[in-house]
Amino acid sequence: MNLRRDVFQALADPTRRAILLLVATQSMTAGAIASNFDTARPTVSKHLQILTECELLKQTQSGREVYYHINAKKMKEVADFIEPFRQMWDERFNKLETIMKNYQSKK
Amino acid sequence: MEQKTKVDARDGQQDLVITREFDLPLDLLFTAYVEPEIVEQWMGTKVLKLENKKHGGYQFETTDPKGNKHRFNGVIHDFISNSKITRTFEMENTPFAVQLEFLEFEELTSGTSKLTMHVVYKSAEHRDQILKLPFAQGINMAHNRIQEILNN
Repeated sequence: MNLRRDVFQALADPTRRAILLLVATQSMTAGAIASNFDTARPTVSKHLQILTECELLKQTQSGREVYYHINAKKMKEVADFIEPFRQMWDERFNKLETIMKNYQSKK
Repeated sequence: MEQKTKVDARDGQQDLVITREFDLPLDLLFTAYVEPEIVEQWMGTKVLKLENKKHGGYQFETTDPKGNKHRFNGVIHDFISNSKITRTFEMENTPFAVQLEFLEFEELTSGTSKLTMHVVYKSAEHRDQILKLPFAQGINMAHNRIQEILNN
């Protein structure tokens, strides 16, 4: 399993985005998901594997069936991808403010 | 709580706007961008060159925790004291294209000021790649943590 698989790379593929939309409202088995696509079943399986590896999908075992559903927490993290960038600048500017307040009182 | 630093990055656009209000008079905020020893402190970089004038240039150097040195540089296109700096920004030895930065400094009250930083990237894709740099590090850290837990 490749733990470092890029979540954005995973989302770049249109079939994978379609899969996420499909399971957004309900849990589905691999077979049920595959029946919505013209692509071969192993190709869909590969997509499911990638989405699961980057934690966008979660699996739940129910009897003999494995159901796939959306990992809402991960999806939110991806939507907030600007946040770390904002925090980086916020920290820099906080530092600037502190330094300049000291600089001012020394003058 | 309202966030002091805001980033406005619209979907599919090749630019973004960073805004920040400071509890500092305008001239002090501007000084933080002009004095090399102050820039070094808040940016966490070494200033190799900083020519605060039209057609001037700058070059900074950072050292990462592994001791590798990273340089970045740019050309100062416009420089008006206590008002604006227009400059380019380029990370040396990376595949990232140069970006254009418009910095505007404004007085709000005698003791407060505002910085607006408008950054223009080569393309929307390129902008998102840059935005994901800190994010990607966060993801890798999370994964390293998972690995640690699995190994123990």
